[in-house]
Amino acid sequence: MAKETFHDETAVMAEAMGPWKLAWRQLCRHRLAVWAGRILVAMYLIMLLDGFLCPYDYDSQRRDHAYHPPSRLHVFDAQGRFHLRPFVYGSGYTFDPVTFERRWTEDPGQIYPLRFFAAGDSTTMLLSLIPIHWHLFGVDAPGRLYLLGADYNGRDIFSRLIFAGRVSLTIGLVGTTISMVIGMLIGGLSGTLGGWGDNLIQRLCELIMLIPGLYTLMILYNALPAGLSSVQVYFGVVVILAFIGWASLARIIRGMVLSIKTSDFVTAARAAGVGPWRILVRHVLPGTFSYAIVAASLSIPAYILGESGLSLIGMGIQDPTPSWGNMLHDAVNIAELTKHPWLLWPGAAIFVTVMAFNFLGDGLRDALDPRMRTS
Amino acid sequence: MGAYIVRRILITLVMLLAASVLGFGVMKLTPGNYFQRLLQDPRINRTYVEQEIAKRGLNKPVTQQYGLWLWRLGHGDMGTSFIHNQPVAKVIGSRLINTLVMNLAAITVTWVLAIPLGIYAAVHQYRWSDKLLSGLSFVGMSTPGFFLALLLMWIFSGLLGLLPAGGLTGVDHDRLSVAGKLADYAAHLAIPTVVLSVGALASLQRITRGNMLEVLRQQYIVTARAKGLSERRVIYRHALRNAINPLITIFGYEFAGLFSGAALMEIILNYPGMGMLMYDSIQAKDEPMVMAGFLMGAMMLLLGNLLADVLLAVVDPRISYR
Repeated sequence: MAKETFHDETAVMAEAMGPWKLAWRQLCRHRLAVWAGRILVAMYLIMLLDGFLCPYDYDSQRRDHAYHPPSRLHVFDAQGRFHLRPFVYGSGYTFDPVTFERRWTEDPGQIYPLRFFAAGDSTTMLLSLIPIHWHLFGVDAPGRLYLLGADYNGRDIFSRLIFAGRVSLTIGLVGTTISMVIGMLIGGLSGTLGGWGDNLIQRLCELIMLIPGLYTLMILYNALPAGLSSVQVYFGVVVILAFIGWASLARIIRGMVLSIKTSDFVTAARAAGVGPWRILVRHVLPGTFSYAIVAASLSIPAYILGESGLSLIGMGIQDPTPSWGNMLHDAVNIAELTKHPWLLWPGAAIFVTVMAFNFLGDGLRDALDPRMRTS
Repeated sequence: MGAYIVRRILITLVMLLAASVLGFGVMKLTPGNYFQRLLQDPRINRTYVEQEIAKRGLNKPVTQQYGLWLWRLGHGDMGTSFIHNQPVAKVIGSRLINTLVMNLAAITVTWVLAIPLGIYAAVHQYRWSDKLLSGLSFVGMSTPGFFLALLLMWIFSGLLGLLPAGGLTGVDHDRLSVAGKLADYAAHLAIPTVVLSVGALASLQRITRGNMLEVLRQQYIVTARAKGLSERRVIYRHALRNAINPLITIFGYEFAGLFSGAALMEIILNYPGMGMLMYDSIQAKDEPMVMAGFLMGAMMLLLGNLLADVLLAVVDPRISYR
């Protein structure tokens, strides 16, 4: 048998590297997961540097620029002269005499060159911890740069898309953490208790799992008191989502705890006089970590989609705080969407994020589940 | 089996009761109700509103209100909707049919396409067609339904003008012939059906492929091939049945989602189904309506799970319930 010979490379390596390092190596072999990981790291970095990377603050409005189309960057001006520094023209609009739709035109008389490290709107970065009024790029006022167009209030969609990461990218992590802590504690408790306590907790989990999800979310959202600040609404939404999310995790953790509970090292710990709570936290729950990590990474997309879905129908993060979901709210009106298709960009951001988390979760599952390990 | 089903149905009833307590409790978390909002409107007669509140028992303690609601429900009365001023059952009726039509269309499309595609991918494992299907499945599973719905609406309704922009019927629906009406329904159902199918199709295709590959590795398939059976017969007679058995459970879950699974899609596409009704009712605090929808959703989920377990026992003789 290969197991008994010293030539078995994997066995020797497993001993030398330890399970976590081995898992890491396995993860690096999963090419799609590595790319997904890189994309996510880039997105989170962009999120941290949001105020610096976007030209405007998320609530910087120009009411007369409602639904301004994406700005075009030029290097040749109207006279055909070449400009080393790309520029945008000032813009104006006329009304279509029949439909009264706005027709946007560029004014070759006004040239606003693209400036780097330019002073502009005062805003914040690093999750609003650091105030900043320098921006990586922008154009001088009164010119406006709309890389992806503007929304109804004349706010830059590119800037809002990046700022929205604060909500949409963190809600998955925060929500998953909350439901994981609750799920592990309650699942662990249920498995440790046994008897009627276990029974009661399991019935409670089933109850949470059988109530219709979106209806419950909507009812709970409406139960939030009026007049909350945007941070309070954010945590309200997270808690609502976690309320639905912890039960399935708790059930699976309980099953794992039941099997770990009978292993020799737990018996040894009990014989050594370790208390039940300490056994649970120090000896039993760590055994469920690898599973919990996989489950967490696979449940992050559910939180992102949950927040977007709720915000999309107006029952989540409220304007002016941007989230990818509430930015899409404007796109629900098909007549407006057809005239201003750039309203769909937040959907693309959700798609990329969800896909990246799915691939990463897939890779993590392969890496942390020894049964699926190749070579 | 019979005893098992009876026991499960009893448990189901207890769970439904618990769900109704939970739902009622959450709904009553916020103070105020539909009528108290009316009180703030100076155009509405105060005594009339107070009469309505008293008539519906909304001034009693929450526990008494719950008891009253449950007692009426036991007598087959789901109450009267506040906003529609009609019996809840009557309002729900047509909405329920709309939701079921949409979901059944989506489930049919999903299963009719997913099973053959899954088998095809398994039989052609690692060929380019399998890889293409895998890639599409991953994209399909990661595409948020609401985003796909907006994208399709933009392209097919906004840009090309081929399909109507949401809703269930066109403006001229009443003047159309029977065939015209059916075509009108079909045009309105096209986008929701495609959107709801895509995600489900992607995962069902992957699962079918996985099951099929697992079965094809078994000894009895080798035996069947060694006997000289045609590949066709091996796949469709010997392998397929065992590959499809586990999917029965998924069918049960899809049945569970028939009722409330597509609520978000309905709200976005302005489709007059249960999800839309619940959205409006929850916002207006139309309590009898919310409770009825909530409970029916929970009931469908419970029945779906039960159906999955029973069907699995029926098709797989190795499983027995005591």
